[in-house]
Amino acid sequence: MSAWTIGYAVLLYVAFTVLVGGVVYKIGIYAMTPAPLRIPTMPAPRTRSGVAMRLGREVALFASLFRGDKWAWIWSYLFHVSLLLVLIQHLRYVLVPVPQWLVFESPFGSYAAFVLLISLAGLLGRRLMIARVRFVTAPSDYLILVLLLLIAATGALMRFVDRANIVGFKAFIQGVMALHLEPLPLSPLILVHVASVAGLMVIFPFSKLLHAPGVFFSPTRNQVDSSRLEAQGAGDASAADVSAQPQAHAPAMREGAR
Amino acid sequence: MSDIEVPVLQDYVPTPELKPGAMSHLKPFKASPEHQAALGFPGTLVDDWQEVAIRRLGELVDGSRALRVYLDSCVKCGACTDKCHYFLGTGDPRNMPVARQDLLRKVYRRYYTWAGRWFPWLVGATDLTEEVLDSWYSYYHQCSQCRRCSVFCPFGIDTAEISMAAREILDSVGVGQKYCNEILGKVHKIGNNLGLPEPALRNTLEGLEEDVKDATGVDVRFPVDVVGAEVLLITPSADFFAEPHIDGLIGYAKVFHQAGISWTLSSQASEAANFAMFIGSREQMQKVAQRVRDAAIALKVKRIVVGECGHAWRVAYAFWSTLIGPLDFLDPRYPRPQHICEVTEGLIARGALKLDMSANDDKVVTFHDSCNVARATRMGDRPGGQFTVPRSVIRSVCAHFVDMDPATIGDRTFCCGGGGGLLTDDLMELRVKGALPRMQALNAVVQDNKVTHMAAICAICKTQFSKVLPSYGLPREMVISVHQLVGDAIVLGAKD
Ligand code: SF4
Ligand code: SF4
Repeated sequence: MSAWTIGYAVLLYVAFTVLVGGVVYKIGIYAMTPAPLRIPTMPAPRTRSGVAMRLGREVALFASLFRGDKWAWIWSYLFHVSLLLVLIQHLRYVLVPVPQWLVFESPFGSYAAFVLLISLAGLLGRRLMIARVRFVTAPSDYLILVLLLLIAATGALMRFVDRANIVGFKAFIQGVMALHLEPLPLSPLILVHVASVAGLMVIFPFSKLLHAPGVFFSPTRNQVDSSRLEAQGAGDASAADVSAQPQAHAPAMREGAR
Repeated sequence: MSDIEVPVLQDYVPTPELKPGAMSHLKPFKASPEHQAALGFPGTLVDDWQEVAIRRLGELVDGSRALRVYLDSCVKCGACTDKCHYFLGTGDPRNMPVARQDLLRKVYRRYYTWAGRWFPWLVGATDLTEEVLDSWYSYYHQCSQCRRCSVFCPFGIDTAEISMAAREILDSVGVGQKYCNEILGKVHKIGNNLGLPEPALRNTLEGLEEDVKDATGVDVRFPVDVVGAEVLLITPSADFFAEPHIDGLIGYAKVFHQAGISWTLSSQASEAANFAMFIGSREQMQKVAQRVRDAAIALKVKRIVVGECGHAWRVAYAFWSTLIGPLDFLDPRYPRPQHICEVTEGLIARGALKLDMSANDDKVVTFHDSCNVARATRMGDRPGGQFTVPRSVIRSVCAHFVDMDPATIGDRTFCCGGGGGLLTDDLMELRVKGALPRMQALNAVVQDNKVTHMAAICAICKTQFSKVLPSYGLPREMVISVHQLVGDAIVLGAKD
């Protein structure tokens, strides 16, 4: 068993633990932090199911971003959708035997790699070219994009150019999962790909990547518009106004006077 | 105002070139030690301010999920960067919402996150230096907490929450803003923002009764402290004496009079405004709100109605239940609390008011959605009622109504430029420049649709517009209260 194999296996165990542990910890903190005041951005849904719809639109369609910035929406939507397809395709390293639906998904997941690359280039390009965005960019923002580009590029190369090590790599992953190590094929592409994926997993719970769980905990988006006591019954205050009140110049008015 | 460079109105508001530091000189006057002490804040910068500020920041984050999630989640996508009227008006990149958040975020990251502690240069984390504190004072007082940015943020990050927290931290180390803190002191001592004592208030209201009698021949009352009245009206104190607010108050009185609803003001809670929201102090906000609950109970009223005031309606609608609730001692047949526009709309819908629209025939009216009403509250039963209810009221009393550019109304409305505790002369440059997007949209309907008036339902908006309209070559009298239109159209005593 080579030192590479052991080193990379350990790396994956550590990265996985940090990712899952960190995100679970953060979610726990988010859930436990009180949100005493009602601050939904209005107009907000008046029911829980309405809020679920609102969050669904944010997560599935990036609805607010769409209203805010069309180009940012295009690039980030393409990025997230292609990333999702690629990730699903990677399930073939985990699920044995590969289920039928995954076989069907695979071409989509494979070619999504190109969309992934293009959208990452778009995201990086606008970060560099739009002065407003550049102004608020920290080195870590570039670092995350560069990591993702590395991951996507090496992944695409392995899928479409240098396919020789895929079978061996699958065996390695299976071994890692079974706690029974198989040798890691020593291809530079694999080494870079896996190391950068592990890097991204490790920084996830310490970085802006927390936006993924964060969106579900955002009070402006997940609160129900229910903070005032609404009129009971038909809620028709005006009907009550008229029936409960006498005519004009009413005695009630007079009583109200000093 | 002469030395302020007023932006030129164009066909649209261009996204400005970045002018770093363009507004860093602007700082509102600091609160005096007495004003600070009255609110329980240190009078001057405390010696161990760094420690105090960092500790307070931690406490605030521990107590607010919003703050915690927002400080973690921003991906620097830039969608919010061109949404703030202060950025559009000044070009200062620190007035881009995300950059404004970052002033606090970089300190939070430095002291409270692993990445910021070990790799500050990588994640843009910085120590809390005097310079940073200074930039907080400057730029967190260039945010009107209008929440326009939060509408477009993919995670709903609300810069208002962050600027409120920053102001609370500043107060806790002894650097308060004069305008807000002085006013809060007056509310505690005298009962309203203007410092109008009870005798003066009664006097003013008596004068108003006479004015209305002279103008209409009808005894419309403006009652104070009437025990057992049906409605307690909580309204901004500007309504008691300043134009154009006062015509709104006359409008409310005519509505109540004509509908036969007994109502009263309270001398103890003669103020709807709650500036504690602006300085982010929940404790102060609770204290100010408590006056309303106490007054309602003492006066044995059945309903609380809130007058035309944006942030007050936010506090009432969204926060009262938490701060002073539940208001379950009030009549359950009505929303608790209720907005004056809801009352009027309901009455109009029931035909309880006789209206003569021709009274407003000389006007072509547009409506300014006030940010707090638009993005933090509702009226009526349906989401979005905060947009339709006031418009429906205006349309029932005025034949000529035109909306401004849809991108500048509704939940995308632009702040007047004076909200969030910035309505002070020492921030006039910011107020003039920040009004640009609204002025632009208004000017467009003035040119294209011959709009003569802009109605509003917020005391801050009305004051701000009266002040800045002339800078843009528009008459200050353009801005009016929605209930002035109502009051002018009501035919008193004519109900059958
Ligand atoms: S809340 Fe309003 S004033 Fe403050 S940063 Fe956002 S858009 Fe600007
Ligand atoms: S829109 Fe939201 S996530 Fe994007 S930069 Fe602004 S605050 Fe950050």
